[in-house]
Amino acid sequence: MFKLDRYQLDTRLQDISLRINAGEKIALLGPSGGGKTSLLNALQQQCADQVAWCPQEHGLVEVLSGYHNIYMGQLEQHSVWYNLANLIKPFSKHKSEISELALMLGLDPEMHLFKSVSQLSGGQRQRIGIGRAFYRQQDTFIGDEVVSSLDSVQAQMILELILSRHKTVVMALHNRQQALNNFNRIIGIKAGKIVFDSPAKELIKNKYQAGLLDSLYE
Amino acid sequence: MNSQFFKTLFSTLFSFLFSSNRRLSLTFIVLALLCLPFADLVVYQVEPWQELARMGQGIIQPSFPELSILADSLMITVAFALIAVSGAAFLGLLLALVFHSRIVRIFSASIRAVHELFWGLLFMQVYGLSATTGVLAILVPFTGIFAKMFAEIIAQQSSVPQSTLSTKTNRLSQYSYTWLPQAWPQMVSYTRYRFECALRSSTILGFIGLPTLGFYLETAFKQGQYDEAAGLLLSFFILIASIRWWLHTKWLPAYILVPVYLLLSFIALPEAPQVYGSSLVQFLTQDIWPKALLKGDVSASISWYQGQLFDVALPALWDTLLLSQLALVLTGLLVLLFYPWASKAFFPPKVSVIRGFGRTTLLILRSVPEMIFAFVFLLILGPSGIPAVLALALHNAGLISYLLMRHSEQLNYRADAGTGINHYFYEVTPRIYPHFLSLLLYRWEVIIRESAILGILGITTLGFYIDSAFEDIRYDRAIFLIVISALLNIAVDSFSRRIRIH
Repeated sequence: MFKLDRYQLDTRLQDISLRINAGEKIALLGPSGGGKTSLLNALQQQCADQVAWCPQEHGLVEVLSGYHNIYMGQLEQHSVWYNLANLIKPFSKHKSEISELALMLGLDPEMHLFKSVSQLSGGQRQRIGIGRAFYRQQDTFIGDEVVSSLDSVQAQMILELILSRHKTVVMALHNRQQALNNFNRIIGIKAGKIVFDSPAKELIKNKYQAGLLDSLYE
Repeated sequence: MNSQFFKTLFSTLFSFLFSSNRRLSLTFIVLALLCLPFADLVVYQVEPWQELARMGQGIIQPSFPELSILADSLMITVAFALIAVSGAAFLGLLLALVFHSRIVRIFSASIRAVHELFWGLLFMQVYGLSATTGVLAILVPFTGIFAKMFAEIIAQQSSVPQSTLSTKTNRLSQYSYTWLPQAWPQMVSYTRYRFECALRSSTILGFIGLPTLGFYLETAFKQGQYDEAAGLLLSFFILIASIRWWLHTKWLPAYILVPVYLLLSFIALPEAPQVYGSSLVQFLTQDIWPKALLKGDVSASISWYQGQLFDVALPALWDTLLLSQLALVLTGLLVLLFYPWASKAFFPPKVSVIRGFGRTTLLILRSVPEMIFAFVFLLILGPSGIPAVLALALHNAGLISYLLMRHSEQLNYRADAGTGINHYFYEVTPRIYPHFLSLLLYRWEVIIRESAILGILGITTLGFYIDSAFEDIRYDRAIFLIVISALLNIAVDSFSRRIRIH
């Protein structure tokens, strides 16, 4: 589905060759500044339209409400006038759709959805960002540290939700245990290079591979 | 070979003169000193004290004109400003959305390079002393200003929200959901600032005959009725200082208040007197071109234009630049002198009389349009270049001091920082000096534009010849000089931007 062949991005990604097939659930691990975000950006740009993209900074628009921020995921499906009208007064059809989505993500529609996102907490904002990606209703999900502001129980729930709703998932994480528990392929990236790329089972069973995982963070 | 030589010469000179803040300051000071012997700086009035005394008396005992006249002129002043700013903000936003197009950028740079008063003189020839003239005179240049500022604000926003949308989303939807809401707070606050500027522009449009506050001010000054003039100025201050209560109020949301005021403004607009003079079509096709060109005689028209250039435009340009250079350096000196008195960095206690005094002075200096200062100084000091330099320096020093003062308050100082003069020379001023220079450079273009305008009062800058040309009904010369002044503005604007980037 995605293919990178000796991809170079100045000094952040050096000579990366990668192949991702549909149906894989991939976790990207590695220290900060190692190139996870750059790699995800490169992948996202390859098939921008068929991907639900959730960047690290969420990409929320402060002035607008959570409802509008989530609605943005389907902007291309309607005409300009429809979108502008929705900006002034939300349509009830989308209101109910998005409220359901919000409930699923652990948000309270009355309290969190219809006021400006600047008034929400970090975890709530992260959920709105994920909500927008969900609303795009695509088969592939690419996310960058999407559950970092949530506690482990919430994070697990959201991860499971993401994995069940999308066929292919590529996600950058910093929690090794989350990665090993939920994903079937782990890629370790450090200083712009891929250190290892193996199935999660191998990493758990094989001591050598597990050692590689540890060395990633040294 | 020649052009290469000049290019290297220019760039070496450029980097030598402007490479550091110190060099930059020195260059400007030296330039100004060189200008001194050439500028027309003679005090004509031998005894200005009598006039000053009468003015002082007027200030102490202001009198107000008949209430209906005062209310009328205030309403018209506000109406012009409000309608113009609303229209300009809307049109400017539309232009900003397509600012990637070179034509749009050149167009908006051209329309904002011509001052409101010159636009007023132009529109007056076609629409007379009507509301159309008043509104368009402000609306047209402000559209260019809004277009540029809005485009800059939008470009500064984060592109991350837009990256999460599908690439198939149409542009207008993208803009209204990502770029515009992000830019909204800054755009609103800039529009508020521009409204205040528009009130000032609307006031001084009275100097060319429109029925705003400036008209009655000019009459009062000319007739020596300083008490009435003081009363009018006071009303002007109250108008600007009270904006917080009647426009930016929290009692009613803006989307109700602004349309209501707009409606009232349209009702308050003055009746259009009979339109005299040429119609628009005749103006554009015949009046503004020299006779030789209309006849088709190309060589004669070129020599006409050349004559205008060398006999009128260049000397006027020279005078304009001389005065504005002096004004720029004087502004800088005054700013360095004024700003500490209003700043919490030097007068930290919660309540400080000196600081309050300083702030009020700065408020007065930056609110009064240069035109009015120049007018007053002309009365006191006679018709030379000094009133212009003083007026420009005082007004701009007030504005820049205020901005610099805010900046100095936002810096963090060590707990053991020195006080008084040491603090000033060793800590605060060196830290804010780069910001000070960039504010000065930004204002440089405005100072030149304003010094051209002051010609309307009689000082021999570009405005003088433009106004005379309109009075003599020599529209071709007027347009030519207006274009020259616009080109001057554009040149200085891009020059100062280059220095700032350096």
